[in-house]
Amino acid sequence: MNKEELKTIVAQMLRELHTGEHPEPTVKAGDYKPTQNLRTEDGGVIADITAVDLRKQYLVENPKNAAAFQALKAKTPARLGVGRAGTRYKTAMLLRFRADHAAAQDSVFSLVPEDFAKANGLIPVQTECRDKDEYLTRPDLGRRFDEQNQIVIRETCANQRVLLVIGDGLSSAAIEANAIDCASAIRQGLKAYGIELGKSLFIKFCRVGASDHIGDLTGCELVCMLVGERPGLVTNESMSAYITYRPHRGISESKRTVVSNIHRQGVSAVEAGAHIASLIDKMLKQKASGIDLVQEVTA
Amino acid sequence: MTGERLLSVGIDIGTTTTQLVISRLTLRNEGAAFSVPQFAITEKKVLYRSAIHFTPLLSDTRIDAAGVREIVAREYTASGYEKSDIQTGAVIITGETARKENAREVLSALSDFAGDFVVATAGPALESVLAGKGSGAQAYSEEQQCAVLNLDIGGGTTNLALFENGKLKDTGCLNVGGRLMKFDTDGTLTYLSPVLRPHFDFQIGQRLTEVDLQPVLSLLVDILCRTVSGQGGISDFITDKAITVTGEPLLSFSGGVADLIDDKPRDPFAYGDLGVLLGRAIYQSPLCQGRFLRAKETIRATVIGAGSHTTELSGSTIFYDRVRFPLKNLPVAALSEEEEALEPPALAEKIRTKTAIFAPEGTPTVLALHGLQNPRFSELCKLADGVALGLRDCAETGNPLVIAVRADMGKALGQAVGMLLPDAPLVCLDSVALSEGSYLDIGAPVAGGQVLPVVVKTLALG
Repeated sequence: MNKEELKTIVAQMLRELHTGEHPEPTVKAGDYKPTQNLRTEDGGVIADITAVDLRKQYLVENPKNAAAFQALKAKTPARLGVGRAGTRYKTAMLLRFRADHAAAQDSVFSLVPEDFAKANGLIPVQTECRDKDEYLTRPDLGRRFDEQNQIVIRETCANQRVLLVIGDGLSSAAIEANAIDCASAIRQGLKAYGIELGKSLFIKFCRVGASDHIGDLTGCELVCMLVGERPGLVTNESMSAYITYRPHRGISESKRTVVSNIHRQGVSAVEAGAHIASLIDKMLKQKASGIDLVQEVTA
Repeated sequence: MTGERLLSVGIDIGTTTTQLVISRLTLRNEGAAFSVPQFAITEKKVLYRSAIHFTPLLSDTRIDAAGVREIVAREYTASGYEKSDIQTGAVIITGETARKENAREVLSALSDFAGDFVVATAGPALESVLAGKGSGAQAYSEEQQCAVLNLDIGGGTTNLALFENGKLKDTGCLNVGGRLMKFDTDGTLTYLSPVLRPHFDFQIGQRLTEVDLQPVLSLLVDILCRTVSGQGGISDFITDKAITVTGEPLLSFSGGVADLIDDKPRDPFAYGDLGVLLGRAIYQSPLCQGRFLRAKETIRATVIGAGSHTTELSGSTIFYDRVRFPLKNLPVAALSEEEEALEPPALAEKIRTKTAIFAPEGTPTVLALHGLQNPRFSELCKLADGVALGLRDCAETGNPLVIAVRADMGKALGQAVGMLLPDAPLVCLDSVALSEGSYLDIGAPVAGGQVLPVVVKTLALG
């Protein structure tokens, strides 16, 4: 950057400060396109660096005891023992870091495909957010529904004691990877406890608090929401279940029970579903969720 | 969250000694606060160590069952714990004693005597593992990330267990021990083990000196040396199977003889057996030329292994319905991954064939599966269809159906199978690796009903 460019930037910043105008963000969610598979010019495919298992990638040169370190590495997804080039990451690690970060951003900005709800027999509704940008900047709108959607919710959920709903949340990838398997396991598990579920909603632009508005609209006893977690660098496919007994607007967050880390490397979707089913049964019996729920009843 | 505690008893009836320990196992949920629970045994503490009693024998081939019972009863009283306080543990019969005529009878008598879920078991492989764990050798191997070969040298046998980075690699058992010969205080021979008879021409009543015994000691030490260095050729001293030793593991010594591995001056017949001389001979042999470990626990290694290291926990998301615990001595029928991948009718056929072999009269069997790491719901249902179909006949007997799956999918699989066989008592536990031919005991649920204590045995005595 030369002196002239620097001057221009400083001048622009001063102008903005003065007028109170802010430039439009350079990247808007609407323009966001997830990365596609890259092909080289001769038609080959560039190796997918994210396919490498970080828990097995040990890059330290001349280690004293590589086996021991690898045994430790197997226990954590943290980027340990990745070597260095001078004071920096090795190229492979730097690229991997950026790839994981990009995947996390992709999941936040991408939408669950339009036909997801239909293909899986879900009833689609949308919160008051109009697009991703509004969803990300206005959490309050992601917790409530306009009148048209309210009618759909009332009709779909009439006379259901327990509602299972799926919301995109902050990771579309998490929902695509886990939600249907998990929901199926929950349904099956609840059937064994004598609880038959009706239709499920798919909520676009969904925040956890949407459960509370649904509670008010339907008067149901319990809402179990499967929702995409804010993606991190370990995985962009992590999903949570937020389960609320007698949800209503204004209910304290501490009254929710959370089962987090539902993904390939965490708890598998079906095993989590089975666990959630037994949690729901426990909640209905104790008429409580969150900190009010006693999970380890000693016999 | 405070840890739940289990009291565990270990009773070891060995060739030479009978001992008892009472341990406290602490259970804790190590899962993150907002995730599914993950219970683990986080602490094992020995609360009571009995005196070391000579194992009462009626003859060379019979154990004095009443005498053993009396020792156990007295030690319980001395410990201050009631039989009803004990939730788990193991009674094991070890070394040459396991080969006595009435070993079975003694074990079953004691097993009922010593608490509800106390496992009766024997077998040299299990004994080697327990000694390796109880001695501290396994923990050392894990902490230091190295290979450790533990030699538990007792009265009748030496039990070997090789650990690499804390993981068990192999076990073996040799007829090498301090009590293969017994003497009066003046060195008069009173007993010569059958394993030594083909090699030495000693007579009972003959008075022997240290010099006379040198050939015996040389032979025994030579057997140990050859074994730890991975050589063979000593088949008549191998009790059941040879251990495969590769590389140069660090040697660790436990068992009664371990306390005698030094060159302190002692009365050679202080214990009326070969122990003192064998200990010294080992100390002077190549076995102790390099660095070696004197185990944290020596003479008590096996009994502590039985008390503190037999009980494991199932995974923390499991399924059980209408089952009365404990379940004991269930034979394990295992399927291969290829068999599990079959279509439901073919899988069911495999299961029927397997369970018929292991439980001819429809007695409860454990169906051991690998399962799938991250199954789709459809894959889960397919597996459940095959399993339920295969177990339908067993379900009609009214006996509990027991499934143990290695992957973390026990609860989901249990619910799925339960849907298909709604009236059957069913347990489906996970995170337990079982191999065919072993036996499983399952205790009453702990941690608010979320986990089951289990004991995996290589050989069960009824």
